[in-house]
Amino acid sequence: MNADTDVPPIVEMRGITIRFPGVLALDNVDFTLRPGEIHSLMGENGAGKSTLIKALTGVYAIDSGSIAVAGKRQTFSTAADAQDAGISTVYQEVNLCANLSVGENVMLGHEKRRGTGIDWKTTHSEAARHLASLGLTLDTRSILASHSIAIQQLVAISRAMVLDAKVLILDEPTSSLDRGEVEQLFGIMRDLRDKGVAILFVSHFLDQVYEISDRITVLRNGALVGEHPIAELPRDALVTKMIGRELEDLASIASSSHREIDRSGTPVVRATGLGKRGVLEPADLEVFEGEVVGIAGLLGSGRTELVRLLYGADRADEGTVEVHGEHVRLHQPRHAIEHRISLSSENRREEGVVADLTVAENIVLGMQARQGWLRKIPKKDQDAVVQEYIDALGVRPANPNALVGNLSGGNQQKVLLARWLATAPELLVLDEPTRGIDVGAKADIQRKVAELSAQGLSVIFISSELEEVLRMAQRVVVLRDRKKIGELEAATTDLDGLIDYIANAGEGSAA
Amino acid sequence: MAAMTTARPTSRPSEGRPSVVQTFLSRHGGMMPTFAAVAILVLLFIGGEIFLRGDFIKPLTISNLLINYAYLLVLAVGMTFVILTGGIDLSVGSVMAFTGMLGAKLLADGSPVWIAVPAMLLGGAVIGLFIGILVQYFGVQPFIASLAGLFLGRGLAFIVSLNSIKVEEPAVVWLQSTRMKLGDWVITPTGIIALVTVAIAAFVLHLTRFGRTIYAIGGSEQSARLMGLKVGRTKVAAYVISGTCAGLAGLLLTAYSNAGYPRNGIGTELDAIAAVVIGGTLLTGGRGYVLGSMIGVFVYGTIKTIINFMGAEQAWMQIIVGSLLLLFIVVQRAIVARAEGRR
Amino acid sequence: MTAVYKHRLFWPIVSLVTLIAINAIARPQFIKITMRDGELYGPLISILRESAPLMLVALGMTIVIATRGIDLSVGATMAVSGAVALTIIDGSGDPGNLGTVLVACIVAVLVSLVLGAWNGFLVSVVGIQPIIATLVLMLAGRGVALLITGGFITTVNSEPFAFIASGYLLALPFAFLIGVVAIVAMSLVERRTALGVLTEAVGINPEASRLAGVRSRSIIWGAYMVSGVLAGVAGLIYASNIRAADANAAGVFIELYAILAVVLGGTSLNGGKFSIAGTVVGVLIIQTLESSILFLGVSSAQSPVFFGFVVALVVVVQSPRMREGLASLSGRLRSRGADARNDAARNDDKVEVA
Repeated sequence: MNADTDVPPIVEMRGITIRFPGVLALDNVDFTLRPGEIHSLMGENGAGKSTLIKALTGVYAIDSGSIAVAGKRQTFSTAADAQDAGISTVYQEVNLCANLSVGENVMLGHEKRRGTGIDWKTTHSEAARHLASLGLTLDTRSILASHSIAIQQLVAISRAMVLDAKVLILDEPTSSLDRGEVEQLFGIMRDLRDKGVAILFVSHFLDQVYEISDRITVLRNGALVGEHPIAELPRDALVTKMIGRELEDLASIASSSHREIDRSGTPVVRATGLGKRGVLEPADLEVFEGEVVGIAGLLGSGRTELVRLLYGADRADEGTVEVHGEHVRLHQPRHAIEHRISLSSENRREEGVVADLTVAENIVLGMQARQGWLRKIPKKDQDAVVQEYIDALGVRPANPNALVGNLSGGNQQKVLLARWLATAPELLVLDEPTRGIDVGAKADIQRKVAELSAQGLSVIFISSELEEVLRMAQRVVVLRDRKKIGELEAATTDLDGLIDYIANAGEGSAA
Repeated sequence: MAAMTTARPTSRPSEGRPSVVQTFLSRHGGMMPTFAAVAILVLLFIGGEIFLRGDFIKPLTISNLLINYAYLLVLAVGMTFVILTGGIDLSVGSVMAFTGMLGAKLLADGSPVWIAVPAMLLGGAVIGLFIGILVQYFGVQPFIASLAGLFLGRGLAFIVSLNSIKVEEPAVVWLQSTRMKLGDWVITPTGIIALVTVAIAAFVLHLTRFGRTIYAIGGSEQSARLMGLKVGRTKVAAYVISGTCAGLAGLLLTAYSNAGYPRNGIGTELDAIAAVVIGGTLLTGGRGYVLGSMIGVFVYGTIKTIINFMGAEQAWMQIIVGSLLLLFIVVQRAIVARAEGRR
Repeated sequence: MTAVYKHRLFWPIVSLVTLIAINAIARPQFIKITMRDGELYGPLISILRESAPLMLVALGMTIVIATRGIDLSVGATMAVSGAVALTIIDGSGDPGNLGTVLVACIVAVLVSLVLGAWNGFLVSVVGIQPIIATLVLMLAGRGVALLITGGFITTVNSEPFAFIASGYLLALPFAFLIGVVAIVAMSLVERRTALGVLTEAVGINPEASRLAGVRSRSIIWGAYMVSGVLAGVAGLIYASNIRAADANAAGVFIELYAILAVVLGGTSLNGGKFSIAGTVVGVLIIQTLESSILFLGVSSAQSPVFFGFVVALVVVVQSPRMREGLASLSGRLRSRGADARNDAARNDDKVEVA
């Protein structure tokens, strides 16, 4: 059943390097895909999985390295080139045209023609045939937008199969599918594999990876960690490889953060039954003074959604929020800021920094928004605040007039942290503050957060790096499948315990 | 009509056999704005009939709609291609004036028709190509790129001549002066040209891969590219089509007025956009029908005819068309919001 | 030295000075300024006087563009403003009364404010694309103006009203001074309050600004109201100049020239960083160019050809592909065209975000 290593590979990527401004997205990565195997690509956020896929499908240009398909060296410059070479891709966001019919989305570019025009009848019946092979009976003439995301995802997969591809790439195809749909998909994947198609599979669900894969390649921080047959890589070893080990440098932070927190009084912020249909099942959350609450869970578990609802970035359908025991209505971020709650978004570039403004302007933005436009913060005060935080956080270059867009990710993150600290929050929510930044900046940020919480600042800390969560937090809230499944005391939990809790869904041991 | 709008599908059709209405809506929900346009057209006719005591709904009025607004219909057809890709073309009014002047000048200087007419179409196509290249290869917003085209076309029209040029070429005059009768119905060759343009456009948009790529780009340009469709050349082609249609409209308008006039078509681009939007094409692209645009032109023409019949201020025309535009945009916004909410 | 060269106003000012220099060489009387009865005259003074309506409209457009918007309705607003003012003056029975004229002007500007607020409402609350939202008023506004004047060109003989466009104060044309007041007022607001930087933040990254607690909606709404008011004043100057309200001719194409002035002044149509001084220079370039074209004996009707090419040239130079092409002359070409590059830059942080 497992593909032989002797079979000549269908895809061979060697020494792939891709640089984005300020980031080394892929660093000399090798990847091999053989006919008749299902090969999982694993890694945490920012590990470089999507970048590797986009390099293979011609969406990104590679800076160095080579790609060979069926033994022939290729340089794809468009997605169409890759398709012509037999590589078909289903991306994690549905990349279809929601305004067109289901059948048309399946067949677009491959419509059946009769004479000069498209023969819609044959085209739709052909589409229906492809959909039926996935066990779908849909009205192929209905508009795609009228179907759920799950159905759209399956339509995208049907489209990929129209091409009779030799290589099928499935980037997170199962995130919106239910159990039965996943089984259906896995059945198809096994069929295709047995017909000799090479399948590259990406999923955050470990169970699925172990159920379907023949082989696993692990990436971390843009570099290759290793390639292993599934049988030789137990789950714990995989997670360890994905997460990696941190530098000794960070260990000292742990000792200072493991303090006793007094939880007898009123919490600084308490959310009760906070939820939104289709986004997050109602969840409770309490944060006490000086406490760091970690939120752990895989991507898509609802960790970002929870804090966005709390902050008013998205409107919750249900639930209440209390600040110091008083009910408040947080419908807009500025309401939250008025109640001294700040959120630093996981999406630094699109929801965090204002790229074309300077470091100083970005730092002052939060304070100024709070003050209103009429009361401009005097230049002298601005300079003082900006200089204070540039020094305290070690922003490089230490030039308040540099454009933020030109800074590295780590320094952009420091500027965001400075923006929020300057507003003197009582609760600071940090969503993935250390993703994709270098270890030095990471240590600076962690140290500052630990220091401030010791002085009484309450913090919610979200990170994909579980070690970091355990190191920073006193209490860890665990989410899975858009639902809170429990809480753990950081002092009495180790990494293996937390991984076990997340991986095994807290069955039996859920709080 | 009322039954259709009240029976909105819920977020997911219920299990079991979907009703006929549900099937229809899930297939043709995007046609709702076009049906609304048809309803408005019918209401306008009924209103005109009542108001003018039975002197409105007759073959001649309806025939005149096509004869008088043939040029606008052709412009709206080209505009439909551009708007379906999510773009906009502000240049069409000026380009129509320019090609009209160009043709009139060539004919006045003694060029034969078989040179003058292709030159008009080519003139429009070149300006369309210019806009398309700016949009596609230099990343200029369609609004600004076609604004440059608007300036260019208007200035060129005046460079051809500052004054109107009379056209006496029999072949061009024939286009408008020939009245073909079928009972009380009348049509001119210009009207036939407009109808043929609509038919060709409908065929291209619905029965060719090129046409479907236009829709796909309007739905999601990124998806279209990832699906391996030829996005770049299709987008440029949409602007070339719009420019060519503007050239053809220049011919029809010249035939209509027997002259080229450099001030023709000031603000006509807005009329064309309004007609397309009223006909149910979404300004964000990807949804709409060229037949809808034809309905939109008829709605426009009917309002104008009624105002003329009533002897009311022409000012009402602008206000009514502006209000209708707003109404349709808000309706479209609601439709889009509902589609997004469903996800 | 390099700082001067790199300043964003460097090229606009160089263009303006070059234009004036060419004119001065071609016809020396161009730069001649004479004093008569304590009032300054000359081609340059005429340019300043005639630029006033465009100056006001372009200033408003600058703010709207800074928020990532656009206001197509300014010409129609001018027409409405002029129609309102002249109808009031005409109907008062005493057109020469200063009080009447003041009331008429104030009402006209208030009506323009309402029109601007309407645009702002459609954009910031209803969420319609700015081009389309303001297109509605661009179409309907002229109709409203025509209804106000009853379809005629309302003419009045009112000394105080005529003063707006042709009067002199402190040796300078009054219309020019109105423009100066607007420029100074906007610069002061930009310097002394935080509105400038908050507007830029909203224009550059609306979502990040919202999450930072900025009242994006109010700022966008306000920008359209400012644009409406300034267009209203511009409409008064226009009407005063021809001593009539011509609903069909007032402010035709002015939205296009205003957008051109803003772009020439170095403000990007993608919103964000804006420059009041740049827009001022942009307006003066357009007005000088117009004057030069007329001097060359080209009919003003033909001048759009020049502007068409200027627009195309400016946008092409500003385009990402062109900048990348220039950058690649010094560096290595890494990406394949503007799309891929932007895509990559955007994705750099969210490489794996679901």
